[in-house]
Amino acid sequence: MADLIAGLLKCSLLIVKGINMIHRFKNNGYNIVLDVNSGSVHVVDDIAYDAIGLYDEGCKDIVAELGKTYKDVSEEEIEELIGEIETLKERGELFSEDIYENYIIDVNKRQTVVKALCLHIAHDCNLACKYCFAGEGEYHGRTALMSLEVGKKSLDFLVANSGNRRNLEVDFFGGEPLMNFDVVKEIVKYGRELEKTHDKKFRFTLTTNGVLLNDDIMEFANKEMANLVLSIDGRKEIHDMMRPSRNNKGSYDLVLPKFKKAAESRHQTDYYVRGTFTHYNTDFYKDVLHLADLGFKQISVEPVVAPQSEDYAITEEDVPVICEGYDKLASEMLKRMNEGNEFNFFHFMIDLEGGPCVAKRLSGCGSGTEYLAVTPWGDLYPCHQFVGNEDFLMGNLDDGIVRTDICNEFKHCNVYSKPDCKNCFAKFYCSGGCAANAYNFHGSINASYDIGCKLQKKRVECALMLKAAGKLK
Amino acid sequence: MKHITTLNSRNFKESMKKGGCGECQTSCQSACKTSCTVGNQTCEHKK
Repeated sequence: MADLIAGLLKCSLLIVKGINMIHRFKNNGYNIVLDVNSGSVHVVDDIAYDAIGLYDEGCKDIVAELGKTYKDVSEEEIEELIGEIETLKERGELFSEDIYENYIIDVNKRQTVVKALCLHIAHDCNLACKYCFAGEGEYHGRTALMSLEVGKKSLDFLVANSGNRRNLEVDFFGGEPLMNFDVVKEIVKYGRELEKTHDKKFRFTLTTNGVLLNDDIMEFANKEMANLVLSIDGRKEIHDMMRPSRNNKGSYDLVLPKFKKAAESRHQTDYYVRGTFTHYNTDFYKDVLHLADLGFKQISVEPVVAPQSEDYAITEEDVPVICEGYDKLASEMLKRMNEGNEFNFFHFMIDLEGGPCVAKRLSGCGSGTEYLAVTPWGDLYPCHQFVGNEDFLMGNLDDGIVRTDICNEFKHCNVYSKPDCKNCFAKFYCSGGCAANAYNFHGSINASYDIGCKLQKKRVECALMLKAAGKLK
Repeated sequence: MKHITTLNSRNFKESMKKGGCGECQTSCQSACKTSCTVGNQTCEHKK
């Protein structure tokens, strides 16, 4: 009887999958255990890695099981290890329970305000990128430029609907925003006036393909833009294949010198060179490293999201190759980090100490509630990716949000409303993923985009490995 | 601990007390326009 009780104590059999959850993985020589519900990250030795795995499986005698593999380790040492696991469990840092499912009811009840707008300054573009979800800038509709009147109304709408939130964000997006740069400048000027009269702080972002970028625009951007997103895909042949001009010439040689200058003029901070990779460059890590070798320090290269009917779409068969690419990239980043030649890869960023609160992690990106897209003529959509889909037309700047049902649907979309997310270890890092991707692939914002999920999970693992390496070096 | 090194002291649970102020950046506002990257955002509660 005493043995039975001791066995029970050792193994803590009362582990119910789904209520508490861990994720164990090995990457680049590190054994990592993520306690999903607390967000605690542990780096463990081999025997602890196996012990935690046995614990998770509900093993009845961990001492005996580990003894079979670790013959040189005494029972006392294994019991000491089990004690460490028990201590972390008591602290709520291992096998912690999911206590958030009820909390989300409160989160859903909250009064949401609008805090960010994506302004479609130009539904037109001077490039003809093959993968553009905007259909070469026009969002499958008409070519149009936003007027200053609509731009000002957008900022008025944002201020009026932002409640007590002070930090407001406005992204100048397109098409290509620099095709309507005079209006961008005037909108910024108007925003600065509103800041004074309404105690708000605007953070502006400009996304550009670089074709029209010049010294004057850079000077303006460095003064006014909190963030600059510079579109470049990586190696010349990759970039030129997918990002040709309207007369089918590559744009790499035209934009690269400008982007290098822009990055330097911003002291290598507060910008991203941002690329898209496709089925044609599943060795995308070479493009990331190409950009790093050019001297860029802030890099984001992301998988294309496209229907399987497109020849460049990422396929299920590409997933293992891409995951291997993420591992290679992480390994090379680690090497460069140790050499003092590090760079930042956006999709490997993770903030273990100062990251978002659980309310943010539950509620996702805020599309359709806190974040809206505005078309050149003032229509409102849940985000830039829904623009042009009339089923998601929420209202306009004159009448406000008319389709509150759409707003409510997005408000209640979270990791618990998505069946695929419930038992996923990455749910607090992607917050249920992109609603537009889910809708485009499965017809529901509460679905999941499977390929995107697989890549996201690999990225979280790589990000945690890099954190472990950085902290333990 | 001899076998386990914990990297972070912050626990999601603690953020339930003061969370949800919404002052943080919108994820698509940073660099990403095609996937949800909430996990790599930074809390701006005190700013």
